[in-house]
Amino acid sequence: MLEFLQHTLNGLSVGSIYALVALGYTMVYGILGMINFAHSEIYMMGAFICYFAARFLHIETPHPLHFTLGILIACLGSALIGYLVETLAYKPLRNSPKMNILITAIGVSILFQFGGQIIFGADPKPFPSLIEDKKIFSLFESPVHLTDILIYVVSFISLIVLSFIIFKTQTGRAMRAVSTRPDMTPLMGINNNRIISTTFIIGSGLAGIAAVLVSIKYPRIDPMMGVKIGTASFVAAVFGGIGSLHGAVLGGFLLGVGESYLVGYGASTYRDALSFSILILVLLYKPTGLFGSTKKEKI
Amino acid sequence: MKKIMLLLALSLTVFSCTKKANENEIVIGSYSSNTGATATFGVYQLRGIEMAVEEINAAGGINGKKIKHINYDNKSDNDETLAVVNRLISQDKVVAIVGEATSGRSKIGGSVAQQNKIPMISSSATNPEVTKIGDYVFRACFIDPFQGTVMAKFMTENLKKKKAAIMRDTKNDYSVGLSDIFADKLKGMGGEVVVDVAYQEGDIDFKSQLTSIKAKGVEAIFVPGYYNEVALIAKQAKELGLNVPLLGGDGWSSPKLFEIAKEAINGNYFSNHYTTDSTDPKTIEFVKTFKAKFNEVPDVMAALAYDATMMLFDAIKNSKEVTPQSIRDELAKIKDFNGVTGKITMDSNRDAIKSAVVVQVDGPNYKFVTSVNP
Repeated sequence: MLEFLQHTLNGLSVGSIYALVALGYTMVYGILGMINFAHSEIYMMGAFICYFAARFLHIETPHPLHFTLGILIACLGSALIGYLVETLAYKPLRNSPKMNILITAIGVSILFQFGGQIIFGADPKPFPSLIEDKKIFSLFESPVHLTDILIYVVSFISLIVLSFIIFKTQTGRAMRAVSTRPDMTPLMGINNNRIISTTFIIGSGLAGIAAVLVSIKYPRIDPMMGVKIGTASFVAAVFGGIGSLHGAVLGGFLLGVGESYLVGYGASTYRDALSFSILILVLLYKPTGLFGSTKKEKI
Repeated sequence: MKKIMLLLALSLTVFSCTKKANENEIVIGSYSSNTGATATFGVYQLRGIEMAVEEINAAGGINGKKIKHINYDNKSDNDETLAVVNRLISQDKVVAIVGEATSGRSKIGGSVAQQNKIPMISSSATNPEVTKIGDYVFRACFIDPFQGTVMAKFMTENLKKKKAAIMRDTKNDYSVGLSDIFADKLKGMGGEVVVDVAYQEGDIDFKSQLTSIKAKGVEAIFVPGYYNEVALIAKQAKELGLNVPLLGGDGWSSPKLFEIAKEAINGNYFSNHYTTDSTDPKTIEFVKTFKAKFNEVPDVMAALAYDATMMLFDAIKNSKEVTPQSIRDELAKIKDFNGVTGKITMDSNRDAIKSAVVVQVDGPNYKFVTSVNP
């Protein structure tokens, strides 16, 4: 029983990260109908931005202020990169076939992976511990650490803020409008390009936050770090129903906990097999995922 | 047309000049990853080789002939390795080659050397397959399975523990090889592998595996992976309150291990080729010279490369004539060679038989614990 609880805790903490990254995939898909494969690399850049910022600003020591500053810098930096990628790589292709933009996304992703290896080096870097990781309390004999709690808290706050933006503000309403009828929104006085850029900025900012949280918990960063977490989060987004925000969050948690049980109870060799099996099964039997809408063709 | 003829004539003269061998020189070659992903391996390897060459030339060379050493950078790349080894053999006409630090690229260079019948001695390629290429490929280090034996012995005899867990990197031959041998030997020594779990290179979360290990109540965990993952495993084991020693192989040996894991890795053990704490005068001398030259403590790559080069010189010294064939024969005969990394004897598979040391991680340094003989 204790072991089961510990596995659940482990799964939830990984799952909350999947959820944060999955939101970026699902938001862009919801609004543009494209899968932004470069999202996992924006996540990677978030970690590196924080790493270099911490070094240059000398905020490498554990301190709550340093932690907050690191998260903010990574969030803004990733948002900027997301904006640039959208403006430079995707915007010129807005009116070309979906396939072109999809392949461009894969290209951008590869550019970042290998460009990163040239600029930062391929060797892993130790990430500074921006906050002291002490044991806060024990839950059924399993120690719960500050970083775990921070991951939940920061993820939760980000989700609340995101829901607020999307469901309560003018921009959010415009986003939902663009996502349903992009041909009609300009007639309502909505600037589609601006709304799409905003979506990329928010999604990328979330990836940057997730990157810092993950890097503090697992203090090793390298230019390929986005690949695994990107794949898992993408599956989580598809599982929950791509395009749906609640789906992405639920998908992230379910995948995290599922992986944890699978690895914990014997089949540790098949960790990555789980996410791909889920992807195949979802595509075969319920292509819309848990919360997806049933309309139109998808890539 | 005139210009082209002139160019042709010029290039002919240039080439014929380089072809002319110097009678008072013995040319040996090496290729290493001085840049690219495994740059640290190559840089230290090259330092080790160059130190050996300088020493032998300062002592008057071998049988009155100076050693000329040619090194090419393979940029940590497989295709580049193929190109530079071919260049060493066909253009530079080397009589012997010091092979790469990694097993993969030693295999590539080794097959070229074997085809051309040029002896190659690899400094730190521990994969058993490397010397199976043919009778011209040697190595100056022990092979992977030996490390599994060493750690099983260390666990039962020195730590007096019986129940172990294994965490293996399933996609990595090195890790799988060590794990299998460890499990096998531990059983033979009265121990038991209670649980055997897997992870993959690039994973960052190991808590699920560690949780199930914790539930089984083991006394030690064998993690024969590379420092990248081991560092995170050590950190997460501590977070889960899993206070048993971690054991591993030479894949742990990197400054990054401590940089990533911090205090969490301290007190754990791994097997290595040599230790700078050694009391052997030969090792002390080597460490001192290296420090004076590069202002750094020599790592295991430099020590093994130094030994490999010195073994090659030993073989050249014993050869009646300096031909690849007779150097190969002498390399195969090496027995009780007194190296920086211990006493080395070549076995019939052209693998070095030598002892291993077990060290304990203590911050960025490794404390010598014991040495295990084959």
